[in-house]
Amino acid sequence: MRKPAESNRRQFIRLAGSAAMLSAAPLTTMRPAEATPAMLAAAIRTVTGAAVVHAGKVKLDVPPLVENGNTVPLTVSVASPMTRDDHVRSIHVFNEKNPQPNIGNFYLGPQAGRAQISTRIRLADSQKIVAIAHLSDGSFWSESADVVVTLAACTEELI
Amino acid sequence: MRTAVAIVLAMLPIAASTLSATEIPQGERRSGYSFMTPETQAIQNDDTANPGMLWVLDGDALWKKKTGATDKSCADCHDDASISMKGVAARYPAFDRATGHPVNLEQRVNLCRTTHQQATPLAYESRELLALTAVIAAQSRGTAIDAGSDPQLEPFVAKGRALFMLRQGQLNLACANCHDDHWDKHLAGSAITQAQPTGYPLYRLEWQSLGSLQRRLRSCMIGMRAQPFDYGAPELVDLELYLMSRARGMPMESPAVRP
Amino acid sequence: MAAALINVPKHARRGEVIEIKTLMSHIMETGYRHTAEGAVVPRDIITSFVCRYNGAEVFRAELFPAIAANPFISFFTTATESGKLEFEWIGDNGFSETASASIAVE
Repeated sequence: MRKPAESNRRQFIRLAGSAAMLSAAPLTTMRPAEATPAMLAAAIRTVTGAAVVHAGKVKLDVPPLVENGNTVPLTVSVASPMTRDDHVRSIHVFNEKNPQPNIGNFYLGPQAGRAQISTRIRLADSQKIVAIAHLSDGSFWSESADVVVTLAACTEELI
Repeated sequence: MRTAVAIVLAMLPIAASTLSATEIPQGERRSGYSFMTPETQAIQNDDTANPGMLWVLDGDALWKKKTGATDKSCADCHDDASISMKGVAARYPAFDRATGHPVNLEQRVNLCRTTHQQATPLAYESRELLALTAVIAAQSRGTAIDAGSDPQLEPFVAKGRALFMLRQGQLNLACANCHDDHWDKHLAGSAITQAQPTGYPLYRLEWQSLGSLQRRLRSCMIGMRAQPFDYGAPELVDLELYLMSRARGMPMESPAVRP
Repeated sequence: MAAALINVPKHARRGEVIEIKTLMSHIMETGYRHTAEGAVVPRDIITSFVCRYNGAEVFRAELFPAIAANPFISFFTTATESGKLEFEWIGDNGFSETASASIAVE
């Protein structure tokens, strides 16, 4: 054990915290086969087919370090005039490491006026989120963001 | 894990057995709200986006629902909750003359149900009880907390304070170790708050549900690897009372949102 | 006691783009959790959400287990005429809830 540079009490707290995390038996969170980058790519292909996905136009608003992985606020907006001839048909959101690659699909249209949706998602681990917009001219645009997710410091039993 | 516990146990003689925790000066008191990220604060700020409001809505309906052998609703005696319940939750736990000890809001609701409505008491953390306490507590939003000032409550506040300072559990930690001495530091990735109960019952992101202060206290005790008191135990009410009196003057935020 | 919280502006100018916020009470059980005994807690989520403006669909969402409990969905639509906005949530185990709000458009 290295010589503590900080006060004894401070180290006491830190060790106590890590002991709590190590001894806590996760009663309900079990990770079956995790989604892999291949699953993510396959899920994206289900939406885009063989089309090229361009980077840009899409803005992904998600906190880089989440307060709690159970509820992460997410906003996706797409720069678009939202007219009959030029609008966003749908927005698709994916993730990399949850058990399933899909998060949600949102269907808009010119009547939306603004291509922006907000929701709250669950993230099982630190990972990449990808949002893909399908425009009225058939093109696909995307943006991705890396999110850091930490476990809650003290685990609780299922109450 | 064994090494960690061994190191922790070895530190015990170094850390004083009698706790000389310094209580937080009045001017430095902060609500748990101030420790949250702006994104989480935004969830609490907007009543149409705050999931806790779903329980307030339910509570609104339950308030008017007739129940029990008397077939009376809360509204039959208490009328409009926004008038009759204004500021009430800010004064709880309160002294109950009939029993001679403090009761929290959940217990008061159940006392009302059994005594005046002749209905069965609602289970702790049941959706109905959470909804009723949520709608009652929401009427105290913005009101300064004023619990524990009744002189008859003094011995119970003292018991609560003693519990707050008591080292307990496998880790031999007291609430005060973190919440008086190390607030604003971090435990793993989470900010350590001052444990000011300004927003209960609140929507905790970890629970993905509304929950009471007792649920939070029990969860903390489990996290500290201590045997948690049962729901409704007098120790928990004393601790609630101490925490609310420690927060005296701070405005209520119910239903708050916390990570 | 399923409850929905809807936020729709009561008035709007014709052509104005308005924001609609919705919150629905639902556990959104992922289907990936296990009890202490090891049994799987079966999936129970809202799978789709639709908004209709005077009968015409203006927004639709497909939800997956990755959507957090008590799903919050906010989106935009153009205020075209006075009338009713209707919301519908459909999910596993026959879950079906509706809500509506009126809007006056000048």
